[in-house]
Amino acid sequence: MSLLEVLSRIFSRESMPSKDIARERLRLVLVHDRATVSPEFLNSLKEDLIKVIRDYLDIDEEALQVNLENEANSIALIANIPVKGFRRKTQEVTST
Amino acid sequence: MKSRVIVITSGKGGVGKTTTTANLGTALAMMGKRVVMIDTDIGLRNLDVVMGLENRIVFDIVDAVNGHCKLKQALIKDKRFEGLYLLPAAQTKDKTAVSPHQMKNMVNELRKEFDFILVDCPAGIEQGFKNAIAGADKAVVVATPEVSSVRDADRIIGLLEAAGLTQTKLIINRIRSKMVKRGDMMDTGDIIDILAIDLLGVVPEDEAIVVSTNRGEPAVMENMSRAGAAYRRIARRLNGEDVPIYSLEDPENIMDKFKKILKLAR
Repeated sequence: MSLLEVLSRIFSRESMPSKDIARERLRLVLVHDRATVSPEFLNSLKEDLIKVIRDYLDIDEEALQVNLENEANSIALIANIPVKGFRRKTQEVTST
Repeated sequence: MKSRVIVITSGKGGVGKTTTTANLGTALAMMGKRVVMIDTDIGLRNLDVVMGLENRIVFDIVDAVNGHCKLKQALIKDKRFEGLYLLPAAQTKDKTAVSPHQMKNMVNELRKEFDFILVDCPAGIEQGFKNAIAGADKAVVVATPEVSSVRDADRIIGLLEAAGLTQTKLIINRIRSKMVKRGDMMDTGDIIDILAIDLLGVVPEDEAIVVSTNRGEPAVMENMSRAGAAYRRIARRLNGEDVPIYSLEDPENIMDKFKKILKLAR
């Protein structure tokens, strides 16, 4: 194998076996396809999140927003949770 | 024996649903089972020509469902195999000519007579798909090792689950061992990982399928066909037999090994 070939293999996607390209493209496209979630799904996720966070923080439950956002290569769960204050319990956890 | 209703589906067109239905139906009949194959692709019927039964159609599924004839009158008996029948689709109507409810009733009627009821599903996810899965106990998804086909298979598996069909199994069709070996085709493991469902079998690409379709004789009738042999093994698995699955289902491997041994011996 010539030096040029070695270099092009390292730097170019072309030399990647095409089945690996197919698998990677498929994985990404399915992440997007499968991410079409129902409002019920998001609501139940939101309710469970509130239940957990409530033990640690005093949050504004009305203003809490949860969403799935598509980006180029991934999907992110974006949650905007306004914090009104800290529960005393949180302090105890950190102090021990 | 309790009868089994299996829908053969894929989402994407042209991946081999009809070929798979014809071959599995024929193979099961060759094993002595009583089998009916139902073509639910109303408006685009094809299972009749793949089976070589196109000249014998008098009544079709729409006639049977609407009471224009008795269900038994619409069944075409395949004279080559004892116990093999075809219920053809209508060619002049559209998918709305049958409802899922009617389909379910008809399938339940057929349960009394048959061990296996194979439902050949049309491509797509609309009414034809809903009709085809209405009376089914299990689903078999056919996919080829291509991005578009596997993507559609994933969508179909989701829709089947939503409809309560959870034991779905996968047939990977038209796999080319040479391309897999040189890394230019996704292999069985790649596809199973991505779809996360059980594998029912792997069918190699085989020119004999074209020849057998030209003749109207399913490839399972041909002893030398590699795809035919793969379909015969899948039929045995459907019948509950424990038949090992090879990732390429390619007897060429064995021949290659044999040739190597001969070379070494020289």
